[in-house]
Amino acid sequence: MKSFSFKRAADPTNAVQMLGADKDSKFIAGGTNILDLMKEGIEQPTGLIDISRLALSVVKANPAGGVSIGALARNTDTANHPLIRQNYPMLTQAILAGASPQIRNMATNGGNLMQRTRCPYFYDLATPCNKRQPGTGCSAKDGLNRYSAIFGWSDSCVAVHPSDMCVALAALDAIVKVRGANGKERSIKFADFHVLPAASPQKDNSLAHGELITSIDLPTSACAKNSYYLKVRERSSYAFALVSVAAALDLAASGTIKTARIALGGVAAKPWRAEEAEKYLVGKKPGEAAFREAAKIAVSQAKPLSDNGYKVKMAERSIFRALTNAMNGGAA
Amino acid sequence: MIDDDLKNQPSRVDGRAKVTGAAKYIAEHKFPGLTYGYLVQSTIARGKILDIDSTEAEKKPGVIKVISHKNAPKLSITERPIPRPFYALTSPEIWFNGQPIAVVVAETFEQARFAAGLVKVTYDQQKSETNIRNAMAQGFTAGRDQADRGNPVQAFADAEFKVEAEYHLPIEHHNAMEPHATVANWEGSKLTVYEKSQGISGSVNYLANAFGIPAADIRVLSPFSGGAFGAALRSGPQLLIATMAARETKRPVKVVYSRRQLATAHGYRPESVQNIKLGADKTGKLTAIIHEATHNTSAHENFSEGLVGVSRSLYACPNVKTVAKITRLDLQTPLWMRAPGMVSGAFALESALDELSYKLKIDPMQLRLMNYAETDPDNGKPFSSKALRECYKQASERFGWSKRNPEPRSMRDGRLLVGWGMATGTWPAGQSPASARVTLRADGTALVESGTTDIGPGTYTTMTIIAARSLGLPIEKVRFALGDNDLPPSPGQGGSTTTSSVGTAVQEACGLVVKEIVETLGKEQNSPFAGVAVNDVLVENGGITVKGRSDTRISFADALKRINKENVSVLHRSTPNAGERSKYTIASHGAQFAEVKVDEEIGTIRVTRVVQGTAAGKIINPKGAHGQEMGGVVWGIGMALTEKTDVDHRFGRIMNPNLAGYHVPVNADVGQIETIFVDEDDKIVNPLGAKGLGELGLVGIPAVIANAVYHATGKRFRELPITPDKIIL
Ligand SMILES: Cc1cc2nc3c(=O)[nH]c(=O)nc-3n(C[C@H](O)[C@H](O)[C@H](O)COP(=O)(O)OP(=O)(O)OC[C@H]3O[C@@H](n4cnc5c(N)ncnc54)[C@H](O)[C@@H]3O)c2cc1C
Ligand code: SF4
Repeated sequence: MKSFSFKRAADPTNAVQMLGADKDSKFIAGGTNILDLMKEGIEQPTGLIDISRLALSVVKANPAGGVSIGALARNTDTANHPLIRQNYPMLTQAILAGASPQIRNMATNGGNLMQRTRCPYFYDLATPCNKRQPGTGCSAKDGLNRYSAIFGWSDSCVAVHPSDMCVALAALDAIVKVRGANGKERSIKFADFHVLPAASPQKDNSLAHGELITSIDLPTSACAKNSYYLKVRERSSYAFALVSVAAALDLAASGTIKTARIALGGVAAKPWRAEEAEKYLVGKKPGEAAFREAAKIAVSQAKPLSDNGYKVKMAERSIFRALTNAMNGGAA
Repeated sequence: MIDDDLKNQPSRVDGRAKVTGAAKYIAEHKFPGLTYGYLVQSTIARGKILDIDSTEAEKKPGVIKVISHKNAPKLSITERPIPRPFYALTSPEIWFNGQPIAVVVAETFEQARFAAGLVKVTYDQQKSETNIRNAMAQGFTAGRDQADRGNPVQAFADAEFKVEAEYHLPIEHHNAMEPHATVANWEGSKLTVYEKSQGISGSVNYLANAFGIPAADIRVLSPFSGGAFGAALRSGPQLLIATMAARETKRPVKVVYSRRQLATAHGYRPESVQNIKLGADKTGKLTAIIHEATHNTSAHENFSEGLVGVSRSLYACPNVKTVAKITRLDLQTPLWMRAPGMVSGAFALESALDELSYKLKIDPMQLRLMNYAETDPDNGKPFSSKALRECYKQASERFGWSKRNPEPRSMRDGRLLVGWGMATGTWPAGQSPASARVTLRADGTALVESGTTDIGPGTYTTMTIIAARSLGLPIEKVRFALGDNDLPPSPGQGGSTTTSSVGTAVQEACGLVVKEIVETLGKEQNSPFAGVAVNDVLVENGGITVKGRSDTRISFADALKRINKENVSVLHRSTPNAGERSKYTIASHGAQFAEVKVDEEIGTIRVTRVVQGTAAGKIINPKGAHGQEMGGVVWGIGMALTEKTDVDHRFGRIMNPNLAGYHVPVNADVGQIETIFVDEDDKIVNPLGAKGLGELGLVGIPAVIANAVYHATGKRFRELPITPDKIIL
């Protein structure tokens, strides 16, 4: 790998200053993604700024309601925190469905949001890839695209975002808190955090260079009781999702659905909210008929590629399954 | 096998060293002044290198030298016309994508890796073909032609019940934990290499031929291996390149393949397309088997493995035709991978037989019993031993096969479909000449040496057990050394022949040590051993006793004192009893039963239970054998459900060259596995009575899982792996 400098940031202000001062530098948190990418020569930062020891690793209740999870809290600690287990069990399930225990012990929440696609061409310097090298072309679109997107892709890129955690965060309407080089804080709605490829797939998200994710805020949720995270993959653990679904329901006293949340993973460059399906479910009686119809609506706009037509069916059935399990109190 | 049966059996003698890190794998070895070689691999699949420009790379800090065909020394390997093996850095020709074309040697690994990325290569690229479907018509004979048995074509045409189907297996890679690596050091004209090798003598010969140096100047060491599975049976480019680089730079050089590079380091299980035709009468008697198989080889070499042999030997059928072809693709030459050929062929045959059982409405095990081969159907020879029938019986009973509802989709566990399947496996029990030296010392310990390797099956342990038993010593008193060409030569570790070959040499050498002691003692005055033959003594508890005369007992320590020796050492070369062996067909057999649970709605399959029954002669190392047969099941789960090397045919390039993209099973994929070993008293196979079982453990597994999936879902999958997308579509 290319030689680089390594500096440790003293505090968040120092971190954003250091990063802002060098446009070719990057943060390193758990290092589970950035180091792999550097070894393969995909990322070639001249400097790494270590943020792993910043005091941004707490998970705490927000005075205004909800829970705030530190950007540098480890995935494992976040998943197992009582506030998360009690209030957002779907987030616990999603995190624990990802990677391996060893990786989750290292991985941070901020890093999880920022992890890059697992498109095989992105990882292979010998093949064209617009995301890695803009303008070279997209090898996946007419190539091996079994794992590629069925929603939101463009001719320039058909890659999917690999995170599990983010699918649950999208369903929970999380807010990403960031601090810029100028010290200014801003909040990004989760739905706006990751971006679709359009003509510039090199850009995964709306974070600007020099910005540091400080926390992820979870609004209060009434869905804890009826939520479920389902991940379908090619082996029982330690594999990225073919399709995943975060589903949550809040029921009215009458038993009908007050609000529904459905987010899909493995189908687009960002966690994909099935908003039409969510709307459809409002006011419906929970049950097979409504869930099947919602699932159908959710995939009606899907645009599969040559080898990933199965994802449409898989997504539809997985939504139905996840909603059913959510209704069963989150039992599989 | 039940845990209790195994509890008191010997554990791995090298287990502690392996888990504590004391056992050093190849890439961990060092010489003073070590440098690091990083490979540059081609990015096209076919064509010629026009130029390699390493100017920029050579300017980078730490870089010592960049070697490619442009400046590589001429090797003494004579250029032969195609087909011939690939020798790296000898010509500008590109045979496959990922071919090693240069090595960057630097003071540190990262310096070498970075500089390797700066080497600029220009090509004259030609169109490549890596899709076997487009190359089927160009298939040519694999040199395995055999005359038809009976009249298979007519018999199939006349058959009352027929199955005809095509089966397809993808390319699979070994993906051993330990990467291929070489550490090479020259001292004057003497060469020492640490090499990931399954065959020490093979590595020595390769180096002697390539560099034109006497074998006596070469030392090859391969003490521990982190899994090889066939991938280290051939000396690979890294051995050539590291040795060459060390000679050119006059520094020791280490070359280690990265995980990504490993996909084209050593070959793979070839992609195969097989067509099977089975004919049967209504009672289930097979009347015809026609098995045609084509698998790929490379553009420059003819590699063939035996896919169709299983159809000649497994069932008694009067009319059999087999056709074995290979076809060229612009990929690296394939290589043997656990149960090579046999597991691919058995997947086709054992799936087809399962299909036939449903057509006939005969239980699949009954169908096999009905066509049981009492003698080798291909040549009429008797089997040296064959307890396959007993394997069916014991394994099916343990599994509970009799409770199976034969109807597909009839068994359920909640929303999951449950399927039960069965299959058969076999593997020939070979034996080769091998040597061992046994040194019994006056302190009552023994050193046993043989230049074999232990790629994981437990050779260290098995040989220690054999020597300890033969010398009547506790295991702790015996040390076995391997992996060094200074030791007595042994064949490469492949084909499940090591216990049979090396184990026999060890056992016989131990016997010769005892014989020498007994005979020398017998020459002493008034010796109770006077006139006693070695067969007349008992060897136990660290000493010998004339049978029936307990007063004659003497410990080895005292015996050596008596005959005034510090040790007794015997070097022995054993050879198979070829004459006797040739009168028989000698093979291991196994029967497998599996349960799968299929979540049809979302496409996931779990293998919840497997019973593997094995008949492999005498089991010498029960824990090791249990591990091998379990490992075969785990491997088979991978073949059946998850493993496939993805090739992008536009680039002729492997696109999942890592453990995140190439899915081997994880613990959570593996349900309960029970192993049963049916004893066979086989006096023919070798003096140990032991057949091989490493390859065997895999042979029937992909089929048993696919058969269980059919029983669960009513869908027949003839193409592996059976991934969730296939289930739901
Ligand atoms: C083998 C393997 C399997 C995996 N499987 C899964 C899976 O199944 N599901 C899944 O969801 N994930 C999976 N992962 C991905 C894993 O979750 C991510 O690698 C991890 O979350 C990244 O976190 P990190 O702290 O290590 O990030 P790093 O590697 O340290 O950083 C990643 C990127 O994020 C940036 N960054 C980090 N923190 C911040 C911050 N606070 N503000 C701004 N930028 C920041 C860095 O600059 C860098 O660009 C897998 C990873 C591996 C290696
Ligand atoms: S899908 Fe995106 S990441 Fe993959 S090759 Fe195309 S541009 Fe690159």
